[in-house]
Amino acid sequence: MAAIDQSKIRNFCIVAHIDHGKSTLADRIIEKTGLLTSREMQAQVLDNMELERERGITIKAQTVRTVYTAKDGNEYIFNLIDTPGHVDFNYEVSRSLAACDGAILVVDAAQGIEAQTLANVYLALDHDLDVFPVINKIDLPSAEPERVKNEIEDVIGIEAQDAPLISAKNGIGIEEVLEAIVEKIPAPKGDPKNPLQALIFDSVYDSYKGVIVFCRIMEGTVKKGTAIKMMATGATADVVEVGYFGAGQFIPCEELSAGMVGYLTASIKNVKDTAVGDTVTDLNNPCAEPLPGYKKVNSMVYCGMYPADGAKYPDLRDALEKLQLNDASLNYEPETSIALGFGFRCGFLGLLHLEIIQERLEREYNLDLVTTAPGVIYRVHKTNGDMIELTNPSNLPDPSEIDYMEEPIVNAEIMVTTEFIGPIMQLCQERRGKYLSTEYIETTRVLLKYELPLNEIIYDFFDALKSRSRGYASFDYELKGYEPSKLVKLDILINREEVDALSFIVHADGAYERGRKMCEKLKEEIPRHLFEIPIQAAVGGKVIARETVKALRKDVLAKCYGGDITRKKKLLEKQKEGKKRMRQIGTVEVPQSAFMSVLKLDND
Amino acid sequence: MRDLSIYIHIPFCVRKCLYCDFLSFPISTGNEKTGKMSGEDIESYVNLLVKEIEEQSILYKNHRVISIFLGGGTPSLLETVQLRKILEQIYTHYTLSEATEITMEMNPGTVTEEKLREYITYGINRISIGLQSANNEELMRIGRIHTYETFLETYRMARRVGFTNINIDLMSALPEQSTASYRDTLERVAALGPEHISAYSLILEEGTPLYERQDSYSFPSEEEDRQMYLMTGQYLAEHGYHRYEISNYAQEGYECRHNKVYWQRGDYVGFGLGAASMVEETRWSNPPDRGQYAEYVRTGCVLSAGCSGRMKPPESPEMDRSEQKRTAELSEPEQAAQPVCPQRHQITIHEQMEEFMFLGLRMMCGVDRNVFYQKFGQKIEEVYGDVLQKLCAQGLLLKEQDCIRLTERGIDISNYVMAEFLFD
Repeated sequence: MAAIDQSKIRNFCIVAHIDHGKSTLADRIIEKTGLLTSREMQAQVLDNMELERERGITIKAQTVRTVYTAKDGNEYIFNLIDTPGHVDFNYEVSRSLAACDGAILVVDAAQGIEAQTLANVYLALDHDLDVFPVINKIDLPSAEPERVKNEIEDVIGIEAQDAPLISAKNGIGIEEVLEAIVEKIPAPKGDPKNPLQALIFDSVYDSYKGVIVFCRIMEGTVKKGTAIKMMATGATADVVEVGYFGAGQFIPCEELSAGMVGYLTASIKNVKDTAVGDTVTDLNNPCAEPLPGYKKVNSMVYCGMYPADGAKYPDLRDALEKLQLNDASLNYEPETSIALGFGFRCGFLGLLHLEIIQERLEREYNLDLVTTAPGVIYRVHKTNGDMIELTNPSNLPDPSEIDYMEEPIVNAEIMVTTEFIGPIMQLCQERRGKYLSTEYIETTRVLLKYELPLNEIIYDFFDALKSRSRGYASFDYELKGYEPSKLVKLDILINREEVDALSFIVHADGAYERGRKMCEKLKEEIPRHLFEIPIQAAVGGKVIARETVKALRKDVLAKCYGGDITRKKKLLEKQKEGKKRMRQIGTVEVPQSAFMSVLKLDND
Repeated sequence: MRDLSIYIHIPFCVRKCLYCDFLSFPISTGNEKTGKMSGEDIESYVNLLVKEIEEQSILYKNHRVISIFLGGGTPSLLETVQLRKILEQIYTHYTLSEATEITMEMNPGTVTEEKLREYITYGINRISIGLQSANNEELMRIGRIHTYETFLETYRMARRVGFTNINIDLMSALPEQSTASYRDTLERVAALGPEHISAYSLILEEGTPLYERQDSYSFPSEEEDRQMYLMTGQYLAEHGYHRYEISNYAQEGYECRHNKVYWQRGDYVGFGLGAASMVEETRWSNPPDRGQYAEYVRTGCVLSAGCSGRMKPPESPEMDRSEQKRTAELSEPEQAAQPVCPQRHQITIHEQMEEFMFLGLRMMCGVDRNVFYQKFGQKIEEVYGDVLQKLCAQGLLLKEQDCIRLTERGIDISNYVMAEFLFD
């Protein structure tokens, strides 16, 4: 490949609220630029993980390089960098944005701006990206492009009058978008002769090539044989291959130079060595400074994951190991529970991340899991001056040793139409939210700002938000910091035995309500035994709620008729099979589902 | 010679009771055919039975028949000629023991004195009458076709013609049944002095009409149900009946030989639609679909090669209509279809042990350690030591010399106890 004229490169991404048509537009751009045969065209080529396609969201950032022949007769290289679409992956989003020079803002012509749109646009503007809007879904009967244009100008403050009006789904207005990319997104800068400075914005693990590092070359050049160093992690390696992203494939090339987006491989064994946001430089001719913005990603949400069948513990360990190869933000360490046996305490970026990992473990690795209630990291300040970061409620020190505790607080922005302000404010109140402000976006829509404890939003806040606003509210948050809080550990006792896997930290004011609900739920889940089983919720040894599972009186087979015992045996086998899925707690057999059911208390 | 028991399935009734999930079809009165059996259907069914009985007999030349049980459905709906054909076929092709117990089930109101008299001449020496309750309202609620008075008439006729071994079937825990009304049923029945009484508590089976409409009735609570059970044992004991199995009571010398074969794992062969067989530790079931059963008999009653290991789930009797129709078409002679071969299942040693335990424990005398050792060459404690110890400690099992049996509490929750004896 001949040297590429830097002025003919366009590095950009698409920002949008979920469902506003980001991936569909990406498909159309790829289609129109013609690098992809129709055979290769999957429904949404950028989202190639099975789970992503099912949920309709992008989890891992993906990138594609296409060639566009513009109306000016020149060929342009488009590097379309896909960004994850969920608040859990905010940092990944920010690094992907940093690899771009501009962004296309997709806004739904019917729905207008949503909280997440705002969050992403501000993030893009923070990275000095040139943003131009396109109005999508203009063929919907409810489309109001003029209103949306005004909204974009009023709220975001970017020019929108000549925004392309498109329908990505039906291929309307795509040419206009392609021309706008050439015109409005600036060409990259940087000197190929400078020392190498490249931003890692993603990486995947490949069992043959090792880690494949996705990077944007800011300065300098990298090619096969270059000795490289990751400035933050300190890892070094020799480059084996460089290349760019075809649609769904890696295409090797000679070299990557300033302004280009591509990948490199260097027989790196662990994605932890190639942290997103880190700077790659030349070991022998390093750049002076790393690129700004790198930070270590911390897990926000923790839970215990246990194999339903204790013998599968090694399988779970192997599966987590493999997943971690591709997901540096997944943390895990072994732990033991009296109730659940051997398992792992796992850390995630957020609840969606947790659910995705859980589903992948169950689906791709065929594991049956028992998951404990997800929790956040609490800071426990002890009377002796020590501070511990608590991820497992069972490890809470004795109350006498605790001076005070802190919990993580987030700044939340909720966008909602005015008719639902009441219910949404009430919801935030219930979740211990601290009201900050209301900003009118337009006459019928407001942006509510709240401070909310993270542990109040990790379960089902989003669902509650949707149901109380008939789906209209959108929501975004970022970690603000830690604040002291009146927290207690709620213990569950089954037949007077504490079940460690069911303990969790809760605000003192919510303890009774939560305890009562848990007891009710467990009563439904625990089968009757030969004896009566009390189920109690306790705080600091004091019982605050109780339910009872009555003793089993009768369990007999119907008439064994005509010697057909196979049917009866099947019944007994079913009963026996059910017992296998039980966890023994003292003398009580508790079904696995009981541990899961308490996670869904508020959905009733 | 080995002992053999024969079961004959007669899969039709005047109409289905609301709680019934047995394999049985209502007989049609008019021209409507769907899902019902016409007189013609019955006649051809009897012919299939007769053929099956003959075809299979070659396998049992070294067996001696100790009991025959005609169950259903309602066997007493057979024409006497049909019944005679069936029994004659058995007498012709099988060797009977000296005192073969030959039981026939019947519903009140389906026989005449003359029919009953014929039964005796055919060799039937035990009858089992489905009464269920002496309370007519209770009978109506569960969809029985008769009243208590009809039953009395049938019962007295049976005595008059000379039956000296009669069982009466009862049910407890019926919708709206009170402990008092159940006691009334017990008193009336015991006063009649049948030789044998079966008393089961109603189990609501999914898919039955009664299951669907259970919310419209109040059922006796579990407490009441267990009270009824306790009362049955006590009351019948006072009136000369001993309990020899969880739900069966008999006067001295009148225990049902046929039923005991099931619980003691003797050999039995079943003829007819969906009938189950177990001979020399091999188990199989006839096709539960009418078309397939016909095909099976027509093609010479061939069983497929044996399999071992965990038992395959038996075919579902609830076949959808299109499938039934399809099999019916297939069974036309000109379309020589593939033969229908029920799969033979070789019962593994572990399965034999499981069955030995959960069937044997149904008997009040329980299971015998010595018999276990004789059969399996292992001591029962070596195999089930932990389970036995646990269940004894829980007060559900009792060890007495060589016998291990259920306690009263163990009977109440016998499913729980029996499931413990299954291997992983």
